[in-house]
Amino acid sequence: MLSYPTVRTSLIFLAIALVGLLFADIAITANNPWRDLGNFFLGILTPNFFSSEGLLTALLRTVAFAFVGVTVGGICGFLLALIYRFLPVRIFCAFIRAIHELFWALIFLQFFGFHPLTGVLAIAIPYSGIFAKVYSEILEEADPEPGRLLPPGTGTIAAFLYTKIPDCWAQLRTYTAYRLECGLRSSAILGFVGLPTLGFYLETSFSQGMYSDAGAMLILFYVLIATIPLWVRPKLLPIYVLGAPFFLGDGLPIVWGNVERFFTEDIIPSPIRDGEGLAGLMPWLEELFANEALPGIWNTIVLTQIALVATGILALLSFPLISNHFGGPIRRTAGHVFLVIARSTPEYILAYILLQLWGPSMLPGAVALALHNGAIIGHLIGRQTNTITLRSDAVTGFKRYTWELVPRVYRSFLAFLFYRWEIIMRETAILGILGIYTLGFYVDSAIQHIQFDRAMVLILITALLNIGVDALGRFIRRKLALQTMPTC
Amino acid sequence: MAGFDLSGLTASFGGERVIGPLTLNVKEGDQVALVGKSGAGKSTLIRLIHQRVDRESSLVPQDLGLVNALPVFHNVFMGQLDKHATWYNTVTLVRPFKQDRKQVLELLDALRMSEKLWIPTASLSGGQRQRVAIARALYRNAPVLLADEPISALDGPMAHLVMQLLTDRFNTSVIAMHDVNMAMKYCNRIVGIQDGQIALDEPADQLVASDIMSLY
Repeated sequence: MLSYPTVRTSLIFLAIALVGLLFADIAITANNPWRDLGNFFLGILTPNFFSSEGLLTALLRTVAFAFVGVTVGGICGFLLALIYRFLPVRIFCAFIRAIHELFWALIFLQFFGFHPLTGVLAIAIPYSGIFAKVYSEILEEADPEPGRLLPPGTGTIAAFLYTKIPDCWAQLRTYTAYRLECGLRSSAILGFVGLPTLGFYLETSFSQGMYSDAGAMLILFYVLIATIPLWVRPKLLPIYVLGAPFFLGDGLPIVWGNVERFFTEDIIPSPIRDGEGLAGLMPWLEELFANEALPGIWNTIVLTQIALVATGILALLSFPLISNHFGGPIRRTAGHVFLVIARSTPEYILAYILLQLWGPSMLPGAVALALHNGAIIGHLIGRQTNTITLRSDAVTGFKRYTWELVPRVYRSFLAFLFYRWEIIMRETAILGILGIYTLGFYVDSAIQHIQFDRAMVLILITALLNIGVDALGRFIRRKLALQTMPTC
Repeated sequence: MAGFDLSGLTASFGGERVIGPLTLNVKEGDQVALVGKSGAGKSTLIRLIHQRVDRESSLVPQDLGLVNALPVFHNVFMGQLDKHATWYNTVTLVRPFKQDRKQVLELLDALRMSEKLWIPTASLSGGQRQRVAIARALYRNAPVLLADEPISALDGPMAHLVMQLLTDRFNTSVIAMHDVNMAMKYCNRIVGIQDGQIALDEPADQLVASDIMSLY
């Protein structure tokens, strides 16, 4: 077994996570966590859809922000994809997608305030970077032969429209629809920083202990995501896209003085702003690194590694739930429902709920990340096992799981896991806003103390960390010869 | 100018020379059949000629070069993409103009597949796909036809129909084919390729099938 590079890699990552557990702050600090959890589930079972009209407005805003953000991101991403072969463009895209939507929202809040533009840009900017990358990959895979055989002298645009686009159309459409679903999740969590979407409603209900209201919101959110194929129709799409900007709400007007001040004063490192020059910059940076950046990086890495391995374990445990190779239709339906709920809930919302119930530590974060990501990978792997045909005398039960299925899907399982490594790290950093001591915590407190210069440096560090993990993940996937399709 | 003089034609694959150096002069009115066993270099020669002749040719490549997701109409229309402005091509992609529709439909009618006008080429059979590529070459209407095994996937009557159409529409052509009888019937000049060289070059009416068989 140890001679397989995939097994060795898995064991190394398992060992890192176990060592990480020794250092991690894992605890349940709430006084009565199980009663709170019980109350919460009771709330989901007794949802209250009619407590206020705020719920419907929040739902409408969530959809509107998602549509406008994803549309703008999709258009910009497509244009960037056309020039993606240039290195500066690739670096630029890697950078903007390495910064989480919530960080972008926090930045824009400082100078646009609660204007709809903040929410739109917070989604559109990172999505442009992601779209650019994936679109360019899809376009690159198009069959080059029809393009070569066009009449000489055919214009570039006509050649592109006739040979590339039709060949990629189905894939472009599938991916964009998938991103729209991600956009709905992103839009929902923007509420946690104060935009008028579902997250805001959830936070309000939770802080007042109105679990039935929170339950109603969650149920509506699942229904919204699960019925996407029903209400997002190609014929209706233009109506949504053109109509969405009118439902973003008014927010507060932009104060342009704030915008100017943000760029000319706020984000300039304070020693330079105070005229201490470069001499003052080094001690400032040293202090920032020692007290905030390094602890933030350390905690982010520890939680990421624990969550990564927990995600893997959960995915391996959960894929049999929807696999045709085990059990009957009832268990499979239940399995599907569980996986749909776990993967439709944004990890940020899961973490928020668990944190409210169990009190602050790394535990809610790790569980939330593992649940969400594990359910996504478990779903993909489970679906993959359904395409495997076993010989009729194949062993059954646990033996079938260990001898027939896991060996067959293990490589693609690892591919998905390493693909999501960077995503897990991006989320880990952002969970800091909820009070776990990852990088997001230090960013958030710098912003609360109106030290935007520090916040910007910390966000920059977070982005670089993500780019690094992304590169490492790609390196490992290449080393192990693993291939994947993109998932968000 | 429909004829062409090409000299010094060579091609190498993996460091090994597969064609030439050879010289080929084709005069206007020459309907050349390239014959020879598979691997002799017929396809390579067609590609070389296409590179040299460039704009002046209608091409039917062996792998057809169709865009599978587009309907038959657009795949045929692509033969004249260079003749229209970008806006015209773009509008056509969404909503074809009437005169183009009529022209393409006439061609498809001649090829006995007018009912497939709006069917994506991905869902056509091999023979139908081949006829779409032929329709594109006809639609392009260049002075020279360069075709690589244009009837390989067609059944007997359809193969004759297509060859007749190609000979009628193109005064000058170079067609690679492995069916000796078809070559003798529809072409007026036979060029035999062996080991990357011209081993035979005679008017068709001065040859009998057995002369050609020595190449195989």
